[in-house]
Amino acid sequence: MMLNSLIMAMGIAIGKIIISLLSAFAIVYFRFPGRRLFFWLIFLTLMLPVEVRIVPTYEVIAGFGMLNSYSGLIFPLIASATATFLFRQFFMTVPDELAEAARVDGASPMRFFFDILLPMSRTNIAALFVILFIYGWNQYLWPLLITTDPSMNTIVMGIKQMFPSGDDVADWPVIMATSILAMIPPVVVVISMQKLFIRGLVDSEK
Amino acid sequence: MEKRVTFKGIWLPLLLVLPQIVITAVFFFYPAGQAIWQSLFIPDPFGLSMQYVGLGNFEYLLSNSYYRASFVTTAVFSILVTLVSMGVALYLADRLIKGPGVYRTLLIWPYAVAPAVAGVLWLFMFNTRVGVVTWYLGLLGYDWNHVLNGEEAMGLVVVASAWGRISYNFLFFLAGLQAIPRTVIEAAAIDGAHFWTRFRTIVFPLLSPTTFFLLVVNIVYAFFETFGVIHTITSGGPQQSTTILVYKVYSDGFVGQDLGSSAAQSVILLVLVGVLTIIQFKFIERRVHY
Repeated sequence: MMLNSLIMAMGIAIGKIIISLLSAFAIVYFRFPGRRLFFWLIFLTLMLPVEVRIVPTYEVIAGFGMLNSYSGLIFPLIASATATFLFRQFFMTVPDELAEAARVDGASPMRFFFDILLPMSRTNIAALFVILFIYGWNQYLWPLLITTDPSMNTIVMGIKQMFPSGDDVADWPVIMATSILAMIPPVVVVISMQKLFIRGLVDSEK
Repeated sequence: MEKRVTFKGIWLPLLLVLPQIVITAVFFFYPAGQAIWQSLFIPDPFGLSMQYVGLGNFEYLLSNSYYRASFVTTAVFSILVTLVSMGVALYLADRLIKGPGVYRTLLIWPYAVAPAVAGVLWLFMFNTRVGVVTWYLGLLGYDWNHVLNGEEAMGLVVVASAWGRISYNFLFFLAGLQAIPRTVIEAAAIDGAHFWTRFRTIVFPLLSPTTFFLLVVNIVYAFFETFGVIHTITSGGPQQSTTILVYKVYSDGFVGQDLGSSAAQSVILLVLVGVLTIIQFKFIERRVHY
């Protein structure tokens, strides 16, 4: 269960960062047909949590045969716009002269992206990673729905599974031990990377 | 806001936005469209056919006393969670604005605890059979039983939801308070303004952008992310007294298998979140002019 949680949290954090870096780069540094449209399409998803559209999303995942799989756990939660917006805001503050210089020197757009933009965004990426890792680790409803196979359960949802049904007496020591295990990784991340965490929180939600 | 310097090319940027657009389309727009579509139908119990009912699902929901009760429950729940978590956070931020960093660390870590885990922890303390708090309350002659008493159940889910949220609000209030120049407050203090006057006339107005932002964010949190708390502690009970709207979408859709009604509820929630988002963005736009 710990491993499943780890894979899910890492997958969500890394996947979200990659796709939103790319799309933010495209939206800020290019003028192409449909740019506004794409921007608004992403924008619309900004505040809508997965909880609202669970039943139809579940059907989509079931249709793809992605129940009880890591991709089913990860992909629906990547579809959100917060990270894209954070990177967009950050790219806007990068001085124009850098892009100009790169262009004069004949660097291709991707070269500019990898050699200049990416190193400059390092702190932002790290800060966002902390937030997204916690977000991914703490998911509850989604894994509860799509993982019926106990070997795919994440630890946060697994706790509920340990509660007895009916009038059985709960095995509290085991439940509490599992809760502690479920708490440790994100708490360690928050405490050890406090500065990055605060920065990521304040930046990504504003 | 537009960049002055841009790169040329049409296919490269399209390729770059493609992953996000595909994922958004498949896992966001398609399900949202499905929700709207399904909300117009009632499927038969075996899922073999669907009967078109127009807005029948919505009419049924809005005239259904359980659903209306769930609206009230959600409103009470989110107002309580927001007030409790923001109130405590503001008090702590005001006390600890100059305190050592240790306090901050101690206050921040609950953010990392999943709502579902927080629910389990609080449930353990207030458990009717083995809970520590229940035992002490029993010594005081109070018989705590959130399994039977709806108000106690509500109180417990509110406390468990607000607890994890305090650290979030605390950080924003702390940042907001630190941005207020000390000189203004000192000047007021020299002019003889008491603590409460200073707070009401200087600190609170200067803090209002932060407060308003947190208000919206916390309401959204109470609406959706508290599912874990409710599911672990009360499962919506007793007698639906803690069934908030999101929980009802889940219980009607997955437990009750009433897909048409669940889809209609999703659509109603979509509209609610949409309104909240618009309010928030109006506010952000306004703040830019400051």
